[in-house]
Amino acid sequence: MTATTVETLEPEAVRAARPAPTRIPMSRIMGVELRKSFDTRSGFWLMASIGILAVIATSATILFAPDDELTYESFATAIGFPMAVLLPIIAALSVTSEWSQRTGLTSFTLVPHRGRVIVAKLGVTIGVGVVSMLVAAAIGALGNVVGTAITGTDTVWNVSVAELAYIILASVLGMLVGFTLGVLMRSSAAAVVGYFVYGFALPPLSMMLAASQDWWDRLQPWVDFYYAQGSLYEGQVSGTEWAHLGVAGLIWLVVPLTIGLWSVLRSEVK
Amino acid sequence: MIKVDSLTKKYGGFTAVDDVCFTARPGRVTGFLGPNGAGKSTTMRIMVGLTPATSGIAEVSGRRFADLPNPGLEVGVLLDASAQHAGRTGREILTIAARTMGLSTRRVDEMLERVSLTPEESGRRVRNYSLGMRQRLGIATALLGEPEVLILDEPANGLDPAGIRWMRDLLRGYADQGGTVLLSSHLLHEIEVIADDLVVIGQGRIVAQGTKAELLASAGTLVRTSDVPTLARALVDADLDFVESAATAGADALRVEADPELVGQVAQRAGVALAELRAADGAGLEEMFLELTAETQREGAAA
Repeated sequence: MTATTVETLEPEAVRAARPAPTRIPMSRIMGVELRKSFDTRSGFWLMASIGILAVIATSATILFAPDDELTYESFATAIGFPMAVLLPIIAALSVTSEWSQRTGLTSFTLVPHRGRVIVAKLGVTIGVGVVSMLVAAAIGALGNVVGTAITGTDTVWNVSVAELAYIILASVLGMLVGFTLGVLMRSSAAAVVGYFVYGFALPPLSMMLAASQDWWDRLQPWVDFYYAQGSLYEGQVSGTEWAHLGVAGLIWLVVPLTIGLWSVLRSEVK
Repeated sequence: MIKVDSLTKKYGGFTAVDDVCFTARPGRVTGFLGPNGAGKSTTMRIMVGLTPATSGIAEVSGRRFADLPNPGLEVGVLLDASAQHAGRTGREILTIAARTMGLSTRRVDEMLERVSLTPEESGRRVRNYSLGMRQRLGIATALLGEPEVLILDEPANGLDPAGIRWMRDLLRGYADQGGTVLLSSHLLHEIEVIADDLVVIGQGRIVAQGTKAELLASAGTLVRTSDVPTLARALVDADLDFVESAATAGADALRVEADPELVGQVAQRAGVALAELRAADGAGLEEMFLELTAETQREGAAA
């Protein structure tokens, strides 16, 4: 080729000299990921629905619960159900939208190490989960005060800080299942359906099997992650129960998340 | 500077990119030309690390893309203007990119102005954008970090003639300031007007590359006559290579591998009256491109 002549001409710089770029810090990636979970209409309302559903559940408890059952535990239980559905979906969508909306094309060229983006999303997901649960708990507490003031009964605080922490942990574990499904499936619909199968279809099947099959009854706490989390809602977790959570968590979170990450790193982003 | 060396991408038995080597230099616009499905986009995706290569190397500014600490500041990438969250506003998409790169939001306003998106337009959600507006937004994202290298896949798609003109001037100015611009297209004429260097790809392989001047100069002479058979015989006798011009399938025109003066002399000796005799600027490239396209496109059967 004879195109070498142009190389001898020193081209003017595109822009003024500047310091060499430094590696994008993790905190910045997390900040961007947090922003991305709020900055669309669907994302915003999904987040807002955490507060909205907590208010609805609290109001329903005040309206429909018998006066003598108007305790903080009732409020916590009522709020817990919508959270258990909502948070894992938020977690799954934070991952799958990169593929379903094809934003990954930009995200993974601006940060070419996909593992860092996924880890940032994981951090943001856990943060969103904890904050959401604290907000929900506060709304429930407000409901407890207002509800008992209306009925004129004593305000009962029958959920300890430790119990609340266990419930938050259980919610975060549920979110992580959603997140794992998102990484594994990389499709919003598949991940959401997957979570409903995990959270609502498998548990009763597992219970039925445990009732009739002795071997499954013994195995269930070790492999049924949903079942293993039951202890977290009972306010006390024994050493064996932690072991159950660890083993079932390994099966349901660590292994699939590793496989999912491995495939995300190798896959083609189109 | 972009350097691609022995790049190959296989999908099972199908080779999408086959031993591709080329260099895009600073200060020049390099046109990456090929029919649809020739492997342009796959090559570009490999360059920016979105698709793993089967073998070979792609380097931008002397490094693998994944080794760039903050790629947005060094390489502007636009692969698919439609690959954006439909629910985000144009301004928000730029803001996210600017934050990732660690730039101030003032840069977002500058870029919006640079690509002529009004505040009203940039506040709209991308689902309501025309393809042309998406391309402008994509260009803005690519330019955001003041990179030295631009990698653009079919950036003129969806732009109106004024927009194409604007894009051409913008890229020209960018290269003139020392930037490296690589842009792909499946339209020869679109790329002819802007590129300094050309890389032509077909079915995953590079079929021609060089400066535009070189590729156009090698085209020889276009000669038109009503008596093609006599002229053809005379050319054979004179030992000159020629082909039927793809434009008219040889009905009245030939392309000869010789300069116009020599072809004129041959015609005169053979007593053939010529209707046209000129240097076939770019005709060789065009014919090569038509052939390439014909092999991969349905229209080829009718041509």
